[in-house]
Amino acid sequence: MDDIQIKKQSKKYDAIIVGSGAGGGMAAYVLANAGLKVCLLEAGPNFDPRENSSQLKNPWDSPRRGASTKYRPFGDFDGCYWGWEIDGEPYTQAPGSNWEWWRARMVGGRTNHWGRISLRFGPNDFKRKSIDGLGDDWPIGYDDIKPYYDKIDQLIGVFGTNEGLYNDPDGYFLPPPKPRLHEIMLQRSNAKINIPVIPSRLSILTKKINNSREACFFCAQCGRSCKVYGDFSSSSVLVKPALATGNVDLVTNAMAREVLTNRDGLASGVSYVSKDDMQEYQVYGRTVILAASACESARLLLNSKSERFPNGLANSSNAVGKYLHDSTGADMGGILPQLFDRKRYNEDGVGGMHVYTPWWLDNKKDKLDFPRGYHIEYGGGFDMPLYGFNWGIEKLNGSYKVKGKQKEAGGYGTSLKEDNRFFFGASIGMAGRGEGIAREDSYCEIDPEVVDKYGIPVLRFHTQWTDYEIKQAKHMKETFKEILTNMGAVITWGDDDGEHNKWGLHNPGNIIHEAGTVRMGNDARKSPLNKYSQSHDVKNLFCVDGGQFVSQADKNITWTILALSMRASEYIVDQLKKQNI
Amino acid sequence: MNRRDSLRALVVGGLSAAVLVDACKTPAGKDAGTDTQTGADQDHPERMAEEKAFDKKLLQEPKFFTDHEFATITILGDIIIPKDEVSGSASDAKVADFIEFIVKDMPEHQVPMKGGLRWLDMQCLKRFEKTFKDCDATQQIAIVDEIAYPNKAKPNMKQGVAFFTLMRNLTITGFYTSEIGIKDIGYVGNRPNQWNGVPDDVLKQYNLAYTEKELKECISFDTKS
Repeated sequence: MDDIQIKKQSKKYDAIIVGSGAGGGMAAYVLANAGLKVCLLEAGPNFDPRENSSQLKNPWDSPRRGASTKYRPFGDFDGCYWGWEIDGEPYTQAPGSNWEWWRARMVGGRTNHWGRISLRFGPNDFKRKSIDGLGDDWPIGYDDIKPYYDKIDQLIGVFGTNEGLYNDPDGYFLPPPKPRLHEIMLQRSNAKINIPVIPSRLSILTKKINNSREACFFCAQCGRSCKVYGDFSSSSVLVKPALATGNVDLVTNAMAREVLTNRDGLASGVSYVSKDDMQEYQVYGRTVILAASACESARLLLNSKSERFPNGLANSSNAVGKYLHDSTGADMGGILPQLFDRKRYNEDGVGGMHVYTPWWLDNKKDKLDFPRGYHIEYGGGFDMPLYGFNWGIEKLNGSYKVKGKQKEAGGYGTSLKEDNRFFFGASIGMAGRGEGIAREDSYCEIDPEVVDKYGIPVLRFHTQWTDYEIKQAKHMKETFKEILTNMGAVITWGDDDGEHNKWGLHNPGNIIHEAGTVRMGNDARKSPLNKYSQSHDVKNLFCVDGGQFVSQADKNITWTILALSMRASEYIVDQLKKQNI
Repeated sequence: MNRRDSLRALVVGGLSAAVLVDACKTPAGKDAGTDTQTGADQDHPERMAEEKAFDKKLLQEPKFFTDHEFATITILGDIIIPKDEVSGSASDAKVADFIEFIVKDMPEHQVPMKGGLRWLDMQCLKRFEKTFKDCDATQQIAIVDEIAYPNKAKPNMKQGVAFFTLMRNLTITGFYTSEIGIKDIGYVGNRPNQWNGVPDDVLKQYNLAYTEKELKECISFDTKS
């Protein structure tokens, strides 16, 4: 090996931000626009959707026809670099633990490919312990965060409708797209069983909101990232304008190793290894802001040990890494015989569902045997054929009359071509995404024996579901079955679940909403952060990603990460001006 | 859909084309090196360095299927997806080439495919004293009929059924993700447009209509201009 030297950057920044996803991108945007000098560290390469997206590529442009690889677990055209595994960057599990850890390595992080589901937490979501006695209340309430949701709605753009629902608050919405055919059918048939279906709330521009981004042109490919910036990703909407201020130095392929501290016990900077030259670097700043993802931020703190901070930085509470939780998830799908042999037209629409079901029950009044709720996401219709298209047609084409004829299952030839046309566009599917309980005994810690290829100790996970989440998944499955049956669908998958497999509940981590590992709270003995996302122990250290969440609601967490990061960043600007930090 | 078509659709749709023109530009210079900033080759700016290296390695691997096996796959493919009045055949869509690639990409298909092909040849040799490829069309269809229908196949043909089912699935996937297949199946998306809801005649067909609330709240585009 060549000589290794630690290269120390002489420039002193106002802030060092680790990670460029929703939390880090927002922090960079706010700080840079306030005139502060920022160093933005990103563990992956640069990424600009305009240059690097696979948008509008055809299936045959991929030799594997869009199938997934370990580099792109969501498929060859997906907008995210890496996912469930990264070469040279392992993580480990304690016996019985089954955490699935998604890691994006690129500017913008996983916001380049996310579902754009942009839901505000409601008033109840910050006070769950007061409602059901489980977990903890947040140190803030809806009124504290509402002004930031309002600003983000208008800065970034989100479509939806004001429905006046108490725990699914109204916002500043662009008009939603009209429902697709199967979505209208869902709406009409769910009304009969009292399950609401309302326009979804996605951060996609159905109308142009400024001159740096174009409106959506309805290709359904938000997951690939958008070349015209018609949807929200941190790379295009936050990092790019932050860089344009001239106040941000972006360092890509920079894998953070430790947060550095000075004699006063304050954060002084960050050390990182460059993946480009494998050299060690140190950058210094007046503040350090972690936004590396809930688990990576916890890992970084736990690895930042010193004599003064023997169990990791900002960890006098011993809570760093604990309370790790993900959304619950379970799915089911089938086919709608009324849609066989459909007339063809372009129903791509936006990337994702045009309608969804917010949580509609009351655990107490409706006498449910599980806490918290879930929302339902829907899919179906004329999707672009990709690898796996009509796989298993032998299970379909003998079960229904095709053009009036009963056929033998399987087959070949012109008859089989007719079958493929007949069934196209008749699928329907749904997924529940709910709230699990954040528990102290669901956690990650540093594996005492294992390091990654950079010599950085890795995380070991200790996560398992409890009866709370399993019973919630059972309720999802029963609801999905009712919805599908009620609309005349034939269930083709997801109906064989039961006690034996936790009712099809996905493993924790699988829904990719990791949160809770660096949580906020008023009691410094129980929570690493205060209500401004600021470390109780180290006042110039902040964490603005999913780590700071006390609980994560039955809502996707990105909109709240953005709001909390904006709130923390404005606080940082204020505190730096007042020279309090 | 090619770039010119997508641009035309944009202009017809009344959207600003300038940004997309820019976005669709392919950087010049085929031999351009790797951009260390993005890790992406300038020829394929959407690929990261690691996956480009992986795909290159796959493509440089020696052929997985022998010429005999490849010819057998081609014949089977055209039995499964023949030319008809709507579209061409599996071989027109180069499905065998797709299968050759995909078994390298997904090694779990290798043994079932290679072993299944040999199983098929052994059946044909026993019965017709020729391999499948050299059998006449009547003989080929006779054996295919015994393995193409899972529910009525004889128990001693089940291994053949498993092979033919995999072959059918790979052929369908390969065909309907090709340019010929996409046109056949009638997928007409993947192009810039303005979603204005389900067409009126389709709504009528299913006896549905948008509610007043939806018409008032949802985005509408003027389709006359």
